[in-house]
Amino acid sequence: MINPDSVGRTFEGADSLTVSQSEIDAFCAVISETDTTVAPPTFSIRISLSQYESILTQPEIGVDWTRLVHGDQKFEIYRPIVAGDVFKCSATIETLRVAAGNEIISVRSDLHNGSELVVSSWSTLVVRA
Amino acid sequence: MIEVGTVLDEKVFYLDRELLKAYADASGDQNPIHQNEEFALSVGLPNVIAHGMLTMALVGKYVTDWAGGSAAVKEYSARFVKPVIVPAGEKVDLTVSATVAEVNGNQISLTLNATSAGVKVLGMAKAVVVK
Repeated sequence: MINPDSVGRTFEGADSLTVSQSEIDAFCAVISETDTTVAPPTFSIRISLSQYESILTQPEIGVDWTRLVHGDQKFEIYRPIVAGDVFKCSATIETLRVAAGNEIISVRSDLHNGSELVVSSWSTLVVRA
Repeated sequence: MIEVGTVLDEKVFYLDRELLKAYADASGDQNPIHQNEEFALSVGLPNVIAHGMLTMALVGKYVTDWAGGSAAVKEYSARFVKPVIVPAGEKVDLTVSATVAEVNGNQISLTLNATSAGVKVLGMAKAVVVK
């Protein structure tokens, strides 16, 4: 079970992360997007999901990542991501509930380039019983 | 002039195991349920399933093709109601369409529909674009 004390906590990404053109190119290639000058709208999940994984699988929180499925996803994009963006990613565990033995975790991710908020996103992650 | 209720042309994307591997590498999501059939079955799934976010990325491509590029999207949301099941050696469809739900100046809200093998895979899917 996830540690209920973690609800409401915000975790700051340890490092700044620089978006490379090759990462954007690879993401575009999968969806056959030929304009690689900006990142596709869902690109930021690459950053947010790895952040969630590193936070939620910490022993003090205790999520089994292999039992995880994605319930829903929302993005608010204030401007498109481009190569060279340097992000600090903070993640917040907003809510936790249990339904039919499944743990349902709502998490939020904010990507800041300096003081500029570039993308906020919300994910519902379900740890299957 | 784009009117509320306008239905946009349907488009079909195809997914196979190779695309799932490419998405796993591009997104960093290497969860074995998206690549390893034995593992997927062992955790109670019917077969390997596509990443929900791959479905969302492809539907996003549908949106940006219509809206005029990746920079047009301001909001985008969806619920993953059923998995896209990707058996070995097969190409499965992802069939996408949309309806204009709201027009507010140059800001347009689209209601998105996505099915695979006739099954609705996204619920409450919506995008807000500037066009």
